[in-house]
Amino acid sequence: MSAALALVARDVRLALRTPAETLTILAFFVIAATLFAFGIGPEPQALARVATGIVWVVALLACLISLDRLFQAEADDGSLDQLVLAPAPLELLVLAKCLAQWLTTALPLVVVSPLVATMLQLSPHGYATLLASLLLGTPSLTLFGAVGAALAVGARKGGALLALIVLPLYVPVLIFAVAAVEASIAGLSPRPHLFLLAGLAVFALTLAPFAASAALRQASE
Amino acid sequence: MESTPTAGLEGRALACRRGGRTVFRALDLAAAPGDLLVLRGANGTGKSSLLRLLAGLLAPSDGRLAWDGEAVDEDPAAHRRRVAYVGHNDALKPTLTLAEHMRFHAALRAVPGDACAAALDAFGLGALAGVPARFLSQGQRRRAALARLVAAPAALWLLDEPTNGLDAASVEALARAVARHRASGGIVVAATHLEFAGASARTLTLGAA
Amino acid sequence: MNWHRYASPANFKRLSDRLLPWAAGGAALFLAAGVWSGLVVSPADYQQGETVRIMYVHVPAAWMSMFVYANMAVAAAAALVWRHPLAEVAGRAIAPVGAAFTFLCLVTGSLWGKPMWGTWWVWDARLTSVLILFFVYLAYMALNAAFDEPERGARASAVLALVGAINLPVIKFSVDWWNTLHQPASVTRLDAPAIDPSMLAPLLAMAIGFTLFFVAVAFVRIRAELVERRLEALRHARVAGEAAAERT
Repeated sequence: MSAALALVARDVRLALRTPAETLTILAFFVIAATLFAFGIGPEPQALARVATGIVWVVALLACLISLDRLFQAEADDGSLDQLVLAPAPLELLVLAKCLAQWLTTALPLVVVSPLVATMLQLSPHGYATLLASLLLGTPSLTLFGAVGAALAVGARKGGALLALIVLPLYVPVLIFAVAAVEASIAGLSPRPHLFLLAGLAVFALTLAPFAASAALRQASE
Repeated sequence: MESTPTAGLEGRALACRRGGRTVFRALDLAAAPGDLLVLRGANGTGKSSLLRLLAGLLAPSDGRLAWDGEAVDEDPAAHRRRVAYVGHNDALKPTLTLAEHMRFHAALRAVPGDACAAALDAFGLGALAGVPARFLSQGQRRRAALARLVAAPAALWLLDEPTNGLDAASVEALARAVARHRASGGIVVAATHLEFAGASARTLTLGAA
Repeated sequence: MNWHRYASPANFKRLSDRLLPWAAGGAALFLAAGVWSGLVVSPADYQQGETVRIMYVHVPAAWMSMFVYANMAVAAAAALVWRHPLAEVAGRAIAPVGAAFTFLCLVTGSLWGKPMWGTWWVWDARLTSVLILFFVYLAYMALNAAFDEPERGARASAVLALVGAINLPVIKFSVDWWNTLHQPASVTRLDAPAIDPSMLAPLLAMAIGFTLFFVAVAFVRIRAELVERRLEALRHARVAGEAAAERT
């Protein structure tokens, strides 16, 4: 267990020493959302109707691009061998890396999301649920993304391949999260959707560490 | 054949296939406590593959690998605990200091971190403990990778070209560490072109057949 | 229980030699019968008119898209558990066939949708699920081809095939959920609830024809993959031999 905590601490420390990486992801989040305003037009009603979807899709893409180096960097400098050879189960170490990744990229996205939502004229009734859906949904994004990142270690064309692997797995998260926010805006209870999101997170938590570990063991053969 | 379990590492009829070709096959090896086994052979004869196979990173496509007579794949976690592997890459993060690297490695190997400072000292890096890895030279980085061996003790050292980029004094330091490890009953398997000073090493030449 | 001895490449070749003519012949027979009964014998639907005949291709293609994926998932499990080379080769060989069936299902669905819905594409729950299945096929094939070592690609894509197999029901559920939230219920659905026997006959004939066609193509493609692997191994051996000759 202490090995996993040490790994979380190391990755958080690495992220804090090079804050540019997290800031780049956040900048992508804001800029990509801005592009939608240019694409759709400035009318507040038009933007408000699609705001939830845009915030979520862009947050999802920001998560995706931040995963590119999750395991590839470890493989490139030889650290992956040390992780695979550590006495602790690799599944636990994968979870540790996912937790650190979530803390250093997904959580900042959640914090910035109200700003983006304001720019896109999200209905005031949607904010609380938007934050809740992001908090419940992004762990699934990180976990499924970790599977894709582990599978793509050593591949010839990392980025696009990672998107191709991971995006179909993100569909349920997107559907339930947006449904939750839309329900709140429509004055309905978002709870069933949020429960489904939480269920997805549990599902991802049980499946992803094993799949990602299997992929990492293959990658370090 | 398996009547007398040999102490230490023993491989029988090991075979390795990679990317559709046989790297080596029918390879026997044994290393008892205190042994230094030096792997030799031209490029592509499988020295690195053999080391990865002994580490458990790579499963042998045939044959049996045993420790103290017990098959290694029976209890992979126990094998991971006894292996210390130094590969081609130094596994250093540019922004972490050497002391942080040693402490993390000790935590990862689930051993107390007391030996970290001594490990850096053993390879002449004590003064650089607080320096991030990106400021280090090639040789210093290699020494940091080797210092891990001392920071987190393990019974079986697997070293892939450990002397790459090292000057004579650092090779000396490595030789001393290897000698101490062997004196305390450890095993070293190393792919290297250099002789370790004072080593009654046994040699295994790959690709001879 | 050393069953995979019987699945060695040589034994597979013997088995496929014996079965391939039957599968190919049966496929031709059933497809011909299905096309004839589907286009000539069976009546037009009272509601959908002549366009209902698209269903005789669309529905079997949809079945095959899932059937082939199930085969891939089984092959993936065998490849990961037993590291059986034939299972690795099988997944790589049949994935494009499954993707082609999935694509056929999407195209026929779109062709059917134009007269029915007045547009080429509708986010119908079934069609959307099939679209995502198609994406998973694409990801599988891309990952399989993404590595310099074909074995690594085969094993990585096997993990993906299993992750996909576990996730596809979840995705299907979520798409259904999404669809009921957003779709008015009165749309003509892309499924045929109560089927008249005169329509069932061509449908079954086409389904059997598709399955046999898949078996025949799978045999041919797996054999081609095995030959390619053998060729690769010989090339490696030659390079190794030349390197050894240079040393001496």
